[in-house]
Amino acid sequence: MPPYITIENLSKVYQNGHVALNGVDLNIQEGELIALLGPNGAGKTTLISIICGLVRPSSGSVTVDGHDIIRDYQKTRKMIGLVPQELPIEPFESVIKTVNFSRGLFGKNPNPQYIDQLLSDLSLGDKKYSQIKSLSGGMKRRLLIAKALSHEPRILFLDEPTAGVDVNLRKETWDLIHRLKDSGVTIILTTHYIEEAEEMADRVAVINNGSIIVVERKTDLMQKMGKKQMFLELQEPMMQIPEELSGYNLYTQEDGRILVYNYETTKKRTGITTLLKDLSSMEIGFKDLKTEQSSLEDIFMDLVDERVEILKHAESKFATNG
Amino acid sequence: MNIPGIRAIFNHEMDRARRTIFQSLVSPVISTSLYFVVFGSAIGSRITEIDGVSYGSFIVPGLIMLTLMTQSVTYASFGIFFPRFTGTTYEILSAPISHLEIVIGYVGAAVTKSVIVGLVILATSGLFVDIYVAHVGWMLLFLLLTAFTFSLFGFLIGIWAENFERLQIIPLLVVTPLVFLGGSFYSVSMLPEFWQKVTYFNPVLYLVSGFRWSFYEISDVSVVISLSMIATFLVICIALTWWIFKTGYKLKE
Repeated sequence: MPPYITIENLSKVYQNGHVALNGVDLNIQEGELIALLGPNGAGKTTLISIICGLVRPSSGSVTVDGHDIIRDYQKTRKMIGLVPQELPIEPFESVIKTVNFSRGLFGKNPNPQYIDQLLSDLSLGDKKYSQIKSLSGGMKRRLLIAKALSHEPRILFLDEPTAGVDVNLRKETWDLIHRLKDSGVTIILTTHYIEEAEEMADRVAVINNGSIIVVERKTDLMQKMGKKQMFLELQEPMMQIPEELSGYNLYTQEDGRILVYNYETTKKRTGITTLLKDLSSMEIGFKDLKTEQSSLEDIFMDLVDERVEILKHAESKFATNG
Repeated sequence: MNIPGIRAIFNHEMDRARRTIFQSLVSPVISTSLYFVVFGSAIGSRITEIDGVSYGSFIVPGLIMLTLMTQSVTYASFGIFFPRFTGTTYEILSAPISHLEIVIGYVGAAVTKSVIVGLVILATSGLFVDIYVAHVGWMLLFLLLTAFTFSLFGFLIGIWAENFERLQIIPLLVVTPLVFLGGSFYSVSMLPEFWQKVTYFNPVLYLVSGFRWSFYEISDVSVVISLSMIATFLVICIALTWWIFKTGYKLKE
């Protein structure tokens, strides 16, 4: 199946010289939920702003369902809904009017049944005639989602949907996004909360300094990059790792009371059995044992760190050469 | 053509006027009535006639023009400035709607509102003085062209303005003085010769003069010149609007 959204060599240099995107390539399949993960200022918002028509690309191209986003903007934009990061809404309008306005703007004739259903799906049914300024923050965010969905788009962009949102509302928003995905909408969300990507995404694209560092299925990424650690709570503190155990990737924590073993899940043999055998033959006893898998957060930090290391390396090279 | 899109913007703008009916309709009517009390009755009683028309009747076209121009600029500039101020332009810019369609929506609404206000003032004037319109067609044409030109001008101001102060500055410091000095309340021939010459550089003179001609068949300059002046100004505004959308000036990065 050809990709639904194709991003090719997309770059954006702002007028002040800031390089926001640097040769981004990305394919997105119909119906998938992809999370663009990256720290603030990584270029996530610029990327979706270009696809939605808010920012002009400096070079490169984007097609949506085979249509170029600039040449055929009237076709592509009809398919797209955008929920921005901030909460920009006219305060004095009513909920129903602003949602109908969005629908019209995107070229659709009125459809009161659809809009009523949409509002009640988003728990805004009883606020239909309320002024926007009377809504709570959470309702405003749902209203923005309603506006973005008012023209029945096939693709939804969510820019930081849960930034500055409390725990309950975040959970609610996640449920909502799951429901949208189940209805077949292709969803691209940006986030700097790793747990959000972990919770929802089919695929994760890690973006930093305007480049995509890695794009992987979430499960693959976690498996490939993920490390596992085993923690052994020792009966006697271990001052240093004995010579016999130097073959294992071991270190101690908490003044030698905890022995940590790093191993990789992708390997056929984890080495746990032999380690435990060796420990018992050396009569090293332990009270408790637990294992931990590194989260997407750790993986992300590793990736971004690695990137920083590479940059530092390049800089120092440049300094010595120059 | 994205007809639902144009309709959405147009209705949205008309709704704003409905919500602020006092500011939109009542306040221009009240201020016009005040003009009639002050200029028409107090001063007008000392000026008998200008070119065979009573002073009260003479100032009606000027008063309508004054309101038409300031309201067109205000409506259109506010219409596009407000979404920029609240940040809701993101929606318009990401919608499948062309620049032409956006302008038709905003400017169309501003023209409609200011023409309605203009006609209401015309009706209000009828309560104070005798009015007759010699050329109804020409009168409406001048009304529409002026409203259209100044609405486009207002749209440009709304895009240019960075804050509410700038939004007010042009209507207040440019449009109002030009209208007052453009022969709205007097005939240019009443001025000393030097000031008559200065007045001919004021574009508003041509609009007021042409508009007054459609009422009383008296004018300071010929109707053809009036029409060509307004056409020139219109073309300038269209060109500037086209340039703004082409470059994305202040709208897009």
